[in-house]
Amino acid sequence: MWELVKKDLLLEWRAREILPALLLIGVLSLLILNFSFDPGLPLRREAAPRAFWVALLFAAVYGFGRAFVAEQYNDALQGILLSPVSRGTIYLAKMVSTLIHLLVADVMLIALFILFFDVPLRIHCWSWLLSTLLASIGLAALGTLFSAVAMGTRAREVMLPLLLIPLVIPLFLGGVQVTERSLAGQPLGLTATWLHLMATFDVVAVVVGWILFEYVIDY
Amino acid sequence: MIPPRKPRAIWERFLALVAGATMVMAIGAIFLYVPTDRVQGVVQRIFYFHVPLAIVTFVAFGITAVGSAFYLWRNDPKWDQRAHASAELGVLFCTLVLITGPIWAKPIWGTWWTWDARLTTTLILWLIYVAYLMLRNLTSDPEQGARYAAILGIVGALDIPIINRSVYWWRTIHPAVLVTREGGTGLTDPRMQLTLLVAFVALLLLFFWLLKLRTSQVQLEAQLAETERALLQMS
Repeated sequence: MWELVKKDLLLEWRAREILPALLLIGVLSLLILNFSFDPGLPLRREAAPRAFWVALLFAAVYGFGRAFVAEQYNDALQGILLSPVSRGTIYLAKMVSTLIHLLVADVMLIALFILFFDVPLRIHCWSWLLSTLLASIGLAALGTLFSAVAMGTRAREVMLPLLLIPLVIPLFLGGVQVTERSLAGQPLGLTATWLHLMATFDVVAVVVGWILFEYVIDY
Repeated sequence: MIPPRKPRAIWERFLALVAGATMVMAIGAIFLYVPTDRVQGVVQRIFYFHVPLAIVTFVAFGITAVGSAFYLWRNDPKWDQRAHASAELGVLFCTLVLITGPIWAKPIWGTWWTWDARLTTTLILWLIYVAYLMLRNLTSDPEQGARYAAILGIVGALDIPIINRSVYWWRTIHPAVLVTREGGTGLTDPRMQLTLLVAFVALLLLFFWLLKLRTSQVQLEAQLAETERALLQMS
C-alpha cells in the first residue's frame, strides 16, 4: 500500500499537476468571496469562516477530478489491478495520497486565509485545525470513491461536483460552525458535538469507500 | 430465445384498481368531506397530499438503497431495475413535495422558501437522487452505470441521516425564524386524520403500482437492447 502512496506522491512531485490547481482554485475562491462582502461591514469577520470553507470545498472538489487521471494513460490502472494487492488497499492508498495533497493545500489556504481576512490568532484555534483535518479525511474518502466513478462517465468534470457536494454538506456545515466558534475564542469542548459528527462521517465514508471501491473498478 | 410476453398478473390489475379507487376517495375526502382548517383556511388542504408524498419519497429512496445493496451483492439485474425505477419515482414524488410545500408556505409563512432544516434536507435529498439518475444517463455501458448508481444509492442512504442531523443542528443553533408546524401534530379532528390516512394509502398504492409498471418497462428495455445486440452479431 505504501508503495502506491509513494508512487502517487512521487508523480505529483515530478509533474506538479494537482497541488497548484488545488491551491489556485482555493485562492481564487477566497478572492471572489472577498469581493462579495462589503469590506467595511462588521459582517465581514462573521463571513470569514464561511469563505474559508467554500474555498476549501471548491479546491477539494475540483482537485479530486485529477485523482485518477494518471491511471488513465497507458492502462496504468490495469497494471495496478494486476499487482498482488486487494482492491480495498488500492482505494486506501489512493485516499491517503489524495489526503496528503489536500492537507498541504489546507496548510497554505489557512495561511492565506489568516493573511487575507486578518484573523485574530487565539489559543483556541485547535478545534479549527481539527475540523479542517476531519473534513479533509471525509472529503478525500468520498472524493476518491466518486472520482473513480466520475472517471467512467462521459462528463466527468461535471459529474464529480454533482455527486460530491450534496454528500459532503455535513462536513461543510460542521466546519463552518466549528471555525466560527473557534475564532470567537470558544474552547474545544463547545464544538465537540460537531467534531463528533464529522468524525462519524469520516468513519462511515472510509469504510463504505473501502468496501464499495471494488465495484467501481471491476470490469 | 426471446421469452414470450407475460400476461399482466391479476394482482397487478387489482392493485391498479384499488389505487385508483382510493385516489378518488382521497380526492373526494380532501375537497368535500374534511372540514376547513380554522386558522389556515383552504390552503391547508394541500397537507393531505404534501405529507403522504414526503413519506412515500422516503419509501422510494429506501427501496433504491436496498435494491442497490442487493444488486452489488447478488449481481442480479432485477435488483438494479427495481432500484432504478424506485429512484425515478422518488425524484418525481420529491419534486411534488418541493412544489406543494411552497404553495402552502407562501400564504401561511409569507414566503415561498425558508432555509428550515426539513426543507433543506429535502432539497439535498432531491439533489442526490437527481445526480443518481444523471449518473446512469452519462455512462456508456449500462452495466457500469448500474454499478455506479448502486454505489451512490448506498452512500446516499447512509449519508442522509448524517445530513439530516447536521442540518438540524445548524438551524437549531441559529434562532429559528419560523416555527414549523407539521401536519401530523396539528391534525386533531378525527376527520382530518382519516383524510390524511386515506390520502397516504392512495399515494402509497399509486407508488407501488407505478413502481411495478416502471420496473417491467425497464426490464423490457434491457431485453430489447440485448435482442438488438444479438441480432447485430448475427447479421
